[in-house]
Amino acid sequence: MKISEIQTILNAELICGADLLESEVFTACGSDMMSDVLAFVKEQAVLLSGLVNPQVIRTAEMMDMKCIVFVRGKKPSMDMIDLATERDIVLLRSDLEMFTACGLLYKHGLKGGSGI
Amino acid sequence: MEAIKLHYDVSGNDFTCAGEASGKIKRELKGLGFPNDIVRNVAIAVYEGEINMVIHAGGGVIDVEITPECISLDLIDEGPGIPDVSLAMKEGFSTAPENVRQLGFGAGMGLPNIKKYTDEMIIDTEVGVGTTIHLKVYIK
Repeated sequence: MKISEIQTILNAELICGADLLESEVFTACGSDMMSDVLAFVKEQAVLLSGLVNPQVIRTAEMMDMKCIVFVRGKKPSMDMIDLATERDIVLLRSDLEMFTACGLLYKHGLKGGSGI
Repeated sequence: MEAIKLHYDVSGNDFTCAGEASGKIKRELKGLGFPNDIVRNVAIAVYEGEINMVIHAGGGVIDVEITPECISLDLIDEGPGIPDVSLAMKEGFSTAPENVRQLGFGAGMGLPNIKKYTDEMIIDTEVGVGTTIHLKVYIK
C-alpha cells in the first residue's frame, strides 16, 4: 500500500513528507506506549499513535518507520514536524479514533508485524 | 580498519532532546555501511539507554567503539544507581514517574529491551555513585 492510499483511506491531513507519499508500506502498528513499540514491534513501516511528543518521532526513527499517523485529531508541534522532515518520515493526521483507523487500514490490506 | 571511537554527551535537562545521541549513532553506523538490522538493533538499545539516562540519572555520556567485527557501547551516568539489578531487569518493573509514563515511556521494558537487542550486556552500578552499561553487538 502506498502512503498516499493511507492518507485517502483515513481521510488524513498531510503534515509533512509530500515527496514520500508514493513510498510503499506493508505493515503497521498502533500504540500510545513507545516502550511497547520499541519492545514488540518489528519491521513495521507505519505507526499510528495518539501520543504527541518528539519521542514519537524518535521512536519511529530508531525503528526505521516511514510514516506516523496521529489519530484522534492530535496535532504535532513544529519541533516534531521539523524533526520528522529531517528524518524523512511522513506525518499524517486523522480525526479517526485509533481502533477505527487501524481497522480501516487492516481491511484494506495493511498487516501487523506477525504478518496477520 | 582502525577502531572508530565516538563520544556523545546526553543532557539530563530536556526530555524532548532524549534520543539525539542515539540518532547520531544510528546515522554514523548507517553511513559506515553496517546491515540495516544491526543498525536498528543498536539504535533501539542505545535509545532505551539514553531515555533511562535522562529519566533517572540527569544525563550522562555514551562512548562508542566501532570495528568491522563489533560495535561496543558504554552508557555512563552519575545517577542514583540501581539498587536491585535483577528486579530492574524484569519486564514491567519501572520506577519512572507518572509524567514520564504520560510521554509514552516507563513501561518497565527499557533494560530487558536493551538486553534483547544486544549480544552482551553488563551493568556496573553502585547506589549513590552511578551506573555504567557495557553493550556489545557482534557483526556476524
